[in-house]
Amino acid sequence: MDEVLLRSLTPGVLGILVRRGADFAAAEDAVQDALLEAVRVWPADPPRDPKGWLVTVAWRRFLDATRSDAARRRREDLLDEEPAAGPVPAVDDTLQLYFLCAHPSLTPSSAVALTLRAVGGLTTRQIAAAYLVPEATMAQRISRAKRTVSGVRFHQPGDVATVLRVLYLVFNEGYSGDVDLAAEAIRLTRQLAAAIDHPEVAGLLALMLLHHARRDARTAPDGSLVPLAEQDRGRWDTRSIAEGVWILQKALARDRLGEFQAQAAIAALHADARTAEETDWVQIVEWYDELARLTDSPVVRLNRAVAVGAADGPRAGLAALVGLDASLPRRAAVAAYLHERDGDLATAARLYAEAARKAPNLAERDHLTRQAARLHARRGR
Amino acid sequence: MAKYLLLKHYRGGPTPINDVPMDQWTPEEISAHIQYMNDFAARLEGTGEFVDGQALAPEGTFVRYDGEGRPPVTDGPFAETKDLIAGWMVIDVDSWERAVELAGELSAAPGVGGKPLHEWLEVRPFLTAPPTITE
Repeated sequence: MDEVLLRSLTPGVLGILVRRGADFAAAEDAVQDALLEAVRVWPADPPRDPKGWLVTVAWRRFLDATRSDAARRRREDLLDEEPAAGPVPAVDDTLQLYFLCAHPSLTPSSAVALTLRAVGGLTTRQIAAAYLVPEATMAQRISRAKRTVSGVRFHQPGDVATVLRVLYLVFNEGYSGDVDLAAEAIRLTRQLAAAIDHPEVAGLLALMLLHHARRDARTAPDGSLVPLAEQDRGRWDTRSIAEGVWILQKALARDRLGEFQAQAAIAALHADARTAEETDWVQIVEWYDELARLTDSPVVRLNRAVAVGAADGPRAGLAALVGLDASLPRRAAVAAYLHERDGDLATAARLYAEAARKAPNLAERDHLTRQAARLHARRGR
Repeated sequence: MAKYLLLKHYRGGPTPINDVPMDQWTPEEISAHIQYMNDFAARLEGTGEFVDGQALAPEGTFVRYDGEGRPPVTDGPFAETKDLIAGWMVIDVDSWERAVELAGELSAAPGVGGKPLHEWLEVRPFLTAPPTITE
């Protein structure tokens, strides 16, 4: 059974239940029940109309749950009537679900969890495993999130930017479990792009595809990080790159630049270079300038310094670092890299060791420690 | 079954025998060390004795309550703290002897020259829920 196909039906089914008058929290529980039932029943007895099957089962579950709740008896009378037939604008429902699950009243971790469950159709157990927290904790996080948005009207217009931030978070957190969060983020962003025509949605989708294309090349067999310049570019996924570039070009042609398009443009320039030496660093610096104009983030200025170092030499890169706070994550690592290229191995080794102490994750820490070790070995013990 | 914490210190324990900071090793020695640690954890998962393993960043901050309506007081990070925890592994094993045996194996992770670190690991039993039958 194709579980991804099954899960892709989630937002449409949930949208129908809500449209029929079910409240979001109860409808979402009912859809989860229906998905679990489908996993159990479909392999032996596949339905002819999968979505219709899910709607029927979820609706029945919803009514059962509502009936069993005495306090809701009055509403039951209202809901137990045959639902109105007629076409349902599924795309619009899907979009509304994204907005609701990324509602600004939710914390980022709640919005991520709710999106993965209500839009992605993942179970609480799968989401908990992906984020390395106990299932009971994740269940609480999701039910609190549902309570938080319970007062939000379903068809209230939302802000695409908040949805994109949530999807970006899902993509960027490299946790593991039996669910591939990066692939799931791409699927959800693709589904969003089908529901709304927006250049930044396309920009984020392109960005994800271009980075995902490098995934296999990014780690060595022993799990250690392989930096961009040293990656075996033959292992990059050219189909994913081609799709990312195509989506990006269409988005850029509309001349409504945003930060995800600019980031994707940088990723596309890296993808274009057959070898690290062929990288068009001058253009990359220009895109970082655009990005700095759009976001004014210190992280962008830090990455820009790397590009400036490659385009105009390490001294220029070091000059671009001036004014960036020493506490900025990865600043020491960038400074170490630029000092090494400038030939100052002692300073570079010291900064790599400092960067390793401040590294935000194990893979980076090990990588930076190896860099320090490599320079020490070169200078002689 | 009983749970034990194998605690790894950046400093604070007795000095290990093979005591060279990791950034002074060769990259290959670092890789061999990391591989040993990963293999060790994987083996304990295989024997059904692994519970959890985490590494900590070296810098932390002390925080305490400062009275009603006031923000908590923070202090540190202290660069010279004597005892500094680097990370831990939690194991669930049949006996104290088994916990000590495993800590000994973990301490043999290779360092400079591929020789065992002989690193000191602290083994701490978890306090458990009271048993049902007490007499």
